[in-house]
Amino acid sequence: MTAEKPILYALSTCSHCKSTKKLLTDCDVEYDYVQVDDLEGEERKAILADIKSLNPRCSFPTIKINKTVIVGYKEKEIKEALGIKNES
Amino acid sequence: MKVEQLYTALKKSQEARGIYFNKDRDLVFELLDALLKNKDRYGYMACPCRLACGDKEKDRDIFCPCEYRAPDLEEFGTCYCGLYVSSALNNNEIEAQYVPERRPPEKIF
Repeated sequence: MTAEKPILYALSTCSHCKSTKKLLTDCDVEYDYVQVDDLEGEERKAILADIKSLNPRCSFPTIKINKTVIVGYKEKEIKEALGIKNES
Repeated sequence: MKVEQLYTALKKSQEARGIYFNKDRDLVFELLDALLKNKDRYGYMACPCRLACGDKEKDRDIFCPCEYRAPDLEEFGTCYCGLYVSSALNNNEIEAQYVPERRPPEKIF
């Protein structure tokens, strides 16, 4: 399973982000969640810098699972990174 | 404005230009609701799947329909957030796929 807690950077209004959150919940995965559109000022700048270090496009959702960074709602890749078997 | 009113108005104007709403009606209404939320908080309908900064000039490229819709429809048959699809995708001539972000990162604040 995962060593580090996954962290999901997302937007409150984004449907791809909502699908990613639902997938993590359905898989009973505990994760840290950062709703970036709620942030302002220095905190926002710092978080954007963090995201850009992981995903230079700074798009959403961006999720970090251990050393793996996945951009977009990609169910298969997310499950693999979580060590969850994909039903093919 | 209510989501249903926005849906009806946009459906008419966009289909006249050969651009369709996604067949996933729940997704469409979720995204239209998000557009109205962004209109309330920013004063303009910023793309629900992109980070708006609240500055009208800086966010002009992501007013919905965004500047990136045309090239995304052309290449992928759908816009970045999935609200709009091309007739090719609508008629199942092409398959839906992940649309990478086209917006330059330097525009994100």
